[in-house]
Amino acid sequence: MNIAVCAKRVPLSGGRWELTADNLDIDTSGASVGFTTSPHEECAAEAAVQLVEQLGGSSTVITLGVADSEEQIRSLLAVGVDRGVIIETDGSEWDPQATASALTEQIKAGSPDGAYDLVLLGTEAADTADFQVGIRMAHALGWPVVTNVKGMTIDGGVARCERAVGSAREVYEVTLPAVITVKDGLNIPRYPSVPGRIKARKKPVDTVIIEKPAARLEKVRLDLAVEEARSAEILGTGVDAVPALVEIFKNIGVL
Amino acid sequence: MILVLVDHDRGVLDATSVQALTAARALDSDVEVLLVGAAGRDAVAELATYGADTIHLAVHDTLTDYAPLASAKAALELVSSRSPRGIFTTGTPRGNEVLAHIAAILDAPMAAEVLSVTFGDAGVHEVVRNRWGGNLTETARVHNDLLLVAFAPHAIRAENATGAGNVNEFTPNLDAADTAVRVIDRTGGAATGVGLAEARVIVSGGRGVGGPEGFDVIEQLADLLSGAVGCSRVVTSNGWRPHSEQVGQTGTKVAPDLYIACGISGATQHIAGCRTSKTIIAINTDKDAPIMGYAHYAVIGDAQTILPELVAATRAAKE
Ligand SMILES: Cc1cc2nc3c(=O)[nH]c(=O)nc-3n(C[C@H](O)[C@H](O)[C@H](O)COP(=O)(O)OP(=O)(O)OC[C@H]3O[C@@H](n4cnc5c(N)ncnc54)[C@H](O)[C@@H]3O)c2cc1C
Ligand SMILES: Nc1ncnc2c1ncn2[C@@H]1O[C@H](COP(=O)(O)O)[C@@H](O)[C@H]1O
Repeated sequence: MNIAVCAKRVPLSGGRWELTADNLDIDTSGASVGFTTSPHEECAAEAAVQLVEQLGGSSTVITLGVADSEEQIRSLLAVGVDRGVIIETDGSEWDPQATASALTEQIKAGSPDGAYDLVLLGTEAADTADFQVGIRMAHALGWPVVTNVKGMTIDGGVARCERAVGSAREVYEVTLPAVITVKDGLNIPRYPSVPGRIKARKKPVDTVIIEKPAARLEKVRLDLAVEEARSAEILGTGVDAVPALVEIFKNIGVL
Repeated sequence: MILVLVDHDRGVLDATSVQALTAARALDSDVEVLLVGAAGRDAVAELATYGADTIHLAVHDTLTDYAPLASAKAALELVSSRSPRGIFTTGTPRGNEVLAHIAAILDAPMAAEVLSVTFGDAGVHEVVRNRWGGNLTETARVHNDLLLVAFAPHAIRAENATGAGNVNEFTPNLDAADTAVRVIDRTGGAATGVGLAEARVIVSGGRGVGGPEGFDVIEQLADLLSGAVGCSRVVTSNGWRPHSEQVGQTGTKVAPDLYIACGISGATQHIAGCRTSKTIIAINTDKDAPIMGYAHYAVIGDAQTILPELVAATRAAKE
C-alpha cells in the first residue's frame, strides 16, 4: 500500500495576526509567528503511518511551498512518514486549481515503491479553506473521493469511511485507488520520539520545480476581521472573584 | 439566472441553505433552486417561504441517499439547459463538496467561505471570503464566466419572501460511477446531554486545567448551568477529552450565550470557534493571555482552585 499525504506549511501565531504593508500576506517576521502543519493534515499523516504499519508499503508527504517547508516535512517524517517531496515555490500563493494539478502530477509519477493506492489530504487548508484540492485531484486521477472523513478502516482494498452528520455518523465505502480528505479528530497524532527525529534527518526529501500557472481564484488583498477591540473587565483575582462570577451568571440569565 | 444548490438530509433542509437563496435573490430577480433526491420534495414548501419560485427536483432510482458526484451531475444538466451565471450554495460539508465536484468537472475556479459577491463583466467577478477560520478576510477575483460560490454559514441572514414553489421534476442521466460514493449506512446519533453546537452555556477547559481530572469540576459547572463541556485542541491531542468537544477552527463552531474559557490561552484558531459567543468569561493565571482581548470578563488566577469554589457557590445560589 503506497500512500501519499498532501500537507502544507502554514504560519501560526500565538496571538492576533498582523498583515504585511501591502495587505497581501500575513506578516511572519515577528517573533511570535512560527510555522506548522494543519491538524487535519497531521491526522492524515498519522493515518498513513498507521496504515503502513498495518498493511506494509510506504508513505510519502508532498508539499507545494517554499524550500523551508522542509521543516514541516521533517516533522512528519519524525512521526513515521517515509519520505518527502517539495514542489518548490517562491512563496507566492498558488490557487487551488494550480495546487491540485501540481500535486496530481506527483501522484501520477508514483513513488519509488510503485504507484500510489491512496492519497490523503485535509478537507480544507488551514489558511485558505478552499475545500476543493482533494476533489480536483480525484477528478484528474479518475479516482473516487470521500471528504470530511473522521473514521477510516481499510480492508481488502476497500476503504470504509465515516463522517459526521449532526450527532450521527454516515458511512461510505470506496475501492482503492482513491482520494480521502480527512478532519482533525480522525485519530490522535503521535508526538515525534527522539529516535524518530534522528531517523527523520536521514530520510529522503526531493525537490521539484514547475512553472506556476495564472491564478483563476486571484487574491487581491487580505484584511483583519473587523471586531470591536475588547479588553476584559477583570472581576478579581483567585477565589475572591467567585461571588462576582455568580452575579454575572444571574445577570445574563443562565442561573 | 442564479442556480442555488440546496443541502438537505433526507428531506430536512440544512438551515443555512436558505441563506444562499437570500444572497442569490439580492443579486438577481431570476433564481432557480435544485433539490437532489426524491426526499427533497419534503423541503419544497419551506423553500417557497424563502422566495423560491422554480425548484428543480432531480429524481433517479439510484438516488436513495446523499451521493456527492450524482448531485454535481444533476446540477451540470441544469448548467447546460438553463445557463446560469452563478451557482450558489451553503458552505456545509455537503455544499462545499458538491460545488467542488462541479468545479473540478468544469475545470472552473470556485470560491468557498464567501461573505459577499459582486458580479463583474467579461468573466471576472469579485468575492470577499473568510480565511483562517474567519480571523482574516480575503478580497479575490474569480476568473470565469460561471461564478461558483459557497457561502460561509451564517454570513447572510435568510429573509422570508413568498415564492411560487413550482416543482420541475427531472431524471438526470446518471451511471453507476456517479453513485459509487454515497451514504451506505448510518451509525450513532441521538447523543445524550446538551449538544455542543446548541448549548446556551459552554464551560471549556484548556491546558491550564491540568489534566483529565481537571474536567470533573468543569463537568459539574456545566451541569449546574445546563450547559455543555468544551475544550481546546491541546486537550484533545493529549487525549484528555474526545474530539467531539473541541471548540475552534478544526473543531466545532459555537455561539452560546455564555462561554467560560478556563486555562485557555485564546489562540486565533480557538477563537475562530467561539468569537460570536454573547458573553465570554476567561479564567487564566496570565493577565496578558490573548484570550483577554476577546473575553468580556476575566478572573486572574488558578482555574484548578477557582473552579471548585465556583461550583459550590453556583450550587448554593441555585438552592
Ligand atoms: C490550523 C490549526 C487549527 C487549529 N484548530 C484548533 C481548534 O479547533 N481548537 C483549538 O483549541 N485549537 C486549535 N489549534 C491549536 C491552537 O493554535 C492552540 O495551540 C490551542 O488552542 C492552545 O490550547 P490551550 O489554550 O489549551 O493551551 P495553551 O496555549 O498552552 O494555553 C494554556 C493557557 O492556560 C493558562 N494556564 C496555565 N495554568 C493555568 C491554571 N492553573 N489556571 C488557569 N490558567 C492556566 C496559561 O496562562 C495559558 O494561557 C489549531 C492550530 C492550527 C495550526
Ligand atoms: N500547497 C499545498 N501543498 C500540499 N498540500 C496542499 C497544499 N494546498 C492544499 N493542500 C492539501 O489540500 C487540502 C485541501 O486544501 P484546500 O482545498 O486548499 O482547502 C489541504 O488540507 C492539504 O491537505
